[in-house]
Amino acid sequence: MNTIATESSAQDFYCREEPHGHNGTLLGFWIYLMSDCFIFAALFACNAVLGTSYAAGPTGADVFDLTGLAVNTALLLISSVTFGFAMLEMARKRKRAMLGWLAVSGLLAAAFVGLEIHEFVTMIAEGAGPDRSAFLSSFFILVGTHGLHVTVGILWLIVLMVQLGKHGLHEANIRRLQCLSMFWHFLDLIWVGVFSYVYLVGVLR
Amino acid sequence: MPNRSEFWNFLLGRLSLDSLPLHNMIVVVTFIVVATGGAALLGFITWKRQWGYLWTEWFTSVDHKKLGIMYMILATVMLFRGFADAIMMRAQQAIAFGDNMGYLPPHHYDQIFTAHGAIMIFFVAMAYIVGLMNYVMPMQIGARDVAFPFLNNFSFWLTVSGVLLFMVSLFIGDFSHAGWLGYPPVSELHQSPGPGVDYYIWGLQLSGLGTLLTGINFVVTILKMRAPGMSLMKMPMFTWTTLCTSGLIVVTFPILTATLLLLSLDRYIGTHFFTAGMGGNVMMYINLIWIWGHPEVYILILPLFGVFSEIVSTFSGKRLFGYSSMVYATVSIMILSYLVWLHHFFTMGSGADVNSFFSLTTMMISIPTGAKIFNWLFTMYRGRVRFDVPMLWTMGFLFTFTIGGMTGVMLSVAPADFLLHNSLFLIAHFHNVIIGGVVFGIFAGINYWFPKAFGFRLDPFWGKCSFWFWQIGFWFAFGPLYILGLMGVTRRLSHFTDPSLQKWFIIAAFGAFLILLGILSFVMQIYVSIRNREKYAVGHDPWGGRTLEWQTSSPPPPYNFAFVPKVHERDAWTNMKESGYQRPLQGFNDIHMPKSTATGVVLSALGFVFGFAMVWYIWWLAAVSFVALIAYAIFHTFNYNRDYHVSADEVNRFEHSGNWASDPQEARA
Repeated sequence: MNTIATESSAQDFYCREEPHGHNGTLLGFWIYLMSDCFIFAALFACNAVLGTSYAAGPTGADVFDLTGLAVNTALLLISSVTFGFAMLEMARKRKRAMLGWLAVSGLLAAAFVGLEIHEFVTMIAEGAGPDRSAFLSSFFILVGTHGLHVTVGILWLIVLMVQLGKHGLHEANIRRLQCLSMFWHFLDLIWVGVFSYVYLVGVLR
Repeated sequence: MPNRSEFWNFLLGRLSLDSLPLHNMIVVVTFIVVATGGAALLGFITWKRQWGYLWTEWFTSVDHKKLGIMYMILATVMLFRGFADAIMMRAQQAIAFGDNMGYLPPHHYDQIFTAHGAIMIFFVAMAYIVGLMNYVMPMQIGARDVAFPFLNNFSFWLTVSGVLLFMVSLFIGDFSHAGWLGYPPVSELHQSPGPGVDYYIWGLQLSGLGTLLTGINFVVTILKMRAPGMSLMKMPMFTWTTLCTSGLIVVTFPILTATLLLLSLDRYIGTHFFTAGMGGNVMMYINLIWIWGHPEVYILILPLFGVFSEIVSTFSGKRLFGYSSMVYATVSIMILSYLVWLHHFFTMGSGADVNSFFSLTTMMISIPTGAKIFNWLFTMYRGRVRFDVPMLWTMGFLFTFTIGGMTGVMLSVAPADFLLHNSLFLIAHFHNVIIGGVVFGIFAGINYWFPKAFGFRLDPFWGKCSFWFWQIGFWFAFGPLYILGLMGVTRRLSHFTDPSLQKWFIIAAFGAFLILLGILSFVMQIYVSIRNREKYAVGHDPWGGRTLEWQTSSPPPPYNFAFVPKVHERDAWTNMKESGYQRPLQGFNDIHMPKSTATGVVLSALGFVFGFAMVWYIWWLAAVSFVALIAYAIFHTFNYNRDYHVSADEVNRFEHSGNWASDPQEARA
């Protein structure tokens, strides 16, 4: 017998007051992001395996526009910074300023997605579409999956801005904003992997 | 359909009357049986006016206990389907020798083994373990529900929509013939242009998403919602294994999603991930799918290791031997399971160095597993072992699983695997561990926790019949396959030329017949027990349990515990009983509970429509259902009113009326 048990009276086996609920949403969302990481891990692995399978088609050096990439990357990284500003305003309970920064972040991300779509359309028009070679398949799907995540993030941002406007900064909305913030920064992190590995290494090999 | 107008092609995609397999008598008869049975069931529910009850109390419920029971029912229904496939294969192989081509053409036979494998893993074994974990784990940690009750309901209905896609494939179009893992190049468009592989892909994508959400849900539940005082090393063993399994689900199911996504892109938009030409790499699919697939088998077995741990200690009347080593063994199996995937294709030709690495990691898994076996044996040693039905299944497991584990070690030797790869020896091995481990564990768990869920025990006579038919039937069915495999017979053959092999297949078919009797005995056991439920009524602690789920009434109230328990030791309930715990009968509080919601049903129904539309290239319907899915999900987020309170009065009423009798003669029976 353990000493604690011998000392504990029979009364000590239950909580007389209803304990405060633990909200696991942030932890749960974090775990979801980690699982999403594995989707990207699989796609990065495909890119690593297929990155030079050009099938006599264009190579990375032929199709990647590094200037456009620099602009694109800057847009996404800055949108993460402005999202950070929105979170600071949230902490100060300044709803209008927060909504403003959220709108700026959303617009920057929308510009990012727009540029990416432009890049895809140009490549497909040049005959370098996802069905041209395994290399291009892995490029389009990895970058496109990231772009799809950003698009979902923008949609979520719009919905959440409506909800924040309607119901204000109450507990559930703050929690949702914290989740979206994690999502936003997570996508930035993935993008760092995409531009350094897929694009920069891609033009070198 | 060459003469069909553009309009009909737009409206129905590639779906046409030819898609109905009217030429196949087996399928037509199956359809008539399923349709009649289904119509009878639906008619009965309508006649009894039970739709409202089912909808409000079950389908839209977010109660982990009801979801657990629904998972168990779903899995049992799918067990019949998967077993029907099995017995058809055994019958075909027993007769198809020489001039006799059997009764199944190869194309149909291929669909049957594909459906058998995929259904048994995804919709029988997975649904059973998720059902058990759902029912038991929150009560073992003293929680009122899981961390995300709505997601739990959504996960269940996603699984159902996956099941429905698989079942629909039986009667509209055909199913995949590419094996349960859908290997390319067979699963690529040029070799499988029909809808079969697409049914397989979308069915698994829907149910896989459900499983992933379940995994996240359970990890957060266990990490955040344990009763005060229950540190990690005081958790019941089943909760530990649930945690490890859920962790594995989180890190592996995304890989399955990604892999099937890439295969579907190959099929739908012409990418070249796994094609033979244009730079694609077939072996990349095999690697990716097994990076999910090997951890998956540990996802299946770990919770059952937990079940056996609970049962062995309860029925030996002792605490579990070597609790800490059991925890460390579980965690090391969890980690090692991620490092062995390549042993499924040593024959890929990756070289002696790579093969040696995966050979060694595979052998290493047998160390923690062996430690567990000894822990169970030492728990029984000098215990007062009661041979009730759950314990019988546990003994059967120890015997059968150990042999299956040893043939696994044989297969882990890479040079030996070159001979045994894709042979019936492999088939015998994995059925040995999955039936001997997972299925036996599920039946042990059902017999063990059924009284908790329904307030009456399962009939022991039919339970013992079921056990012995399964146990003996297993060896008759798979013993011959070990022998045939050693003789070099490969898997997935629908016809044989060498007549000397036939006797072994006839023995195997006889074994399958015995297993059929085992399954029928199980059905009989449920039926007899329900009829005699007065006779088998039990109190809240019929077996002399050791963990918190036995503290509350049978069946438990919606809120599980009137007061959240405080935990001081492992085997918290044994500790409470020994310390003279008295159940409090006053001073109740209002209890905060999540509300039921129809969102999970609606979203999954839309998911099913989307999957069906994608299978048949009905693009407009796919677009509409997808947009509706997103719109409804957004609509759901505008509902902030998701909770209600069970008033202290209601708690008081329940606590004075629930089934609390604790009958010690039952515990000794």
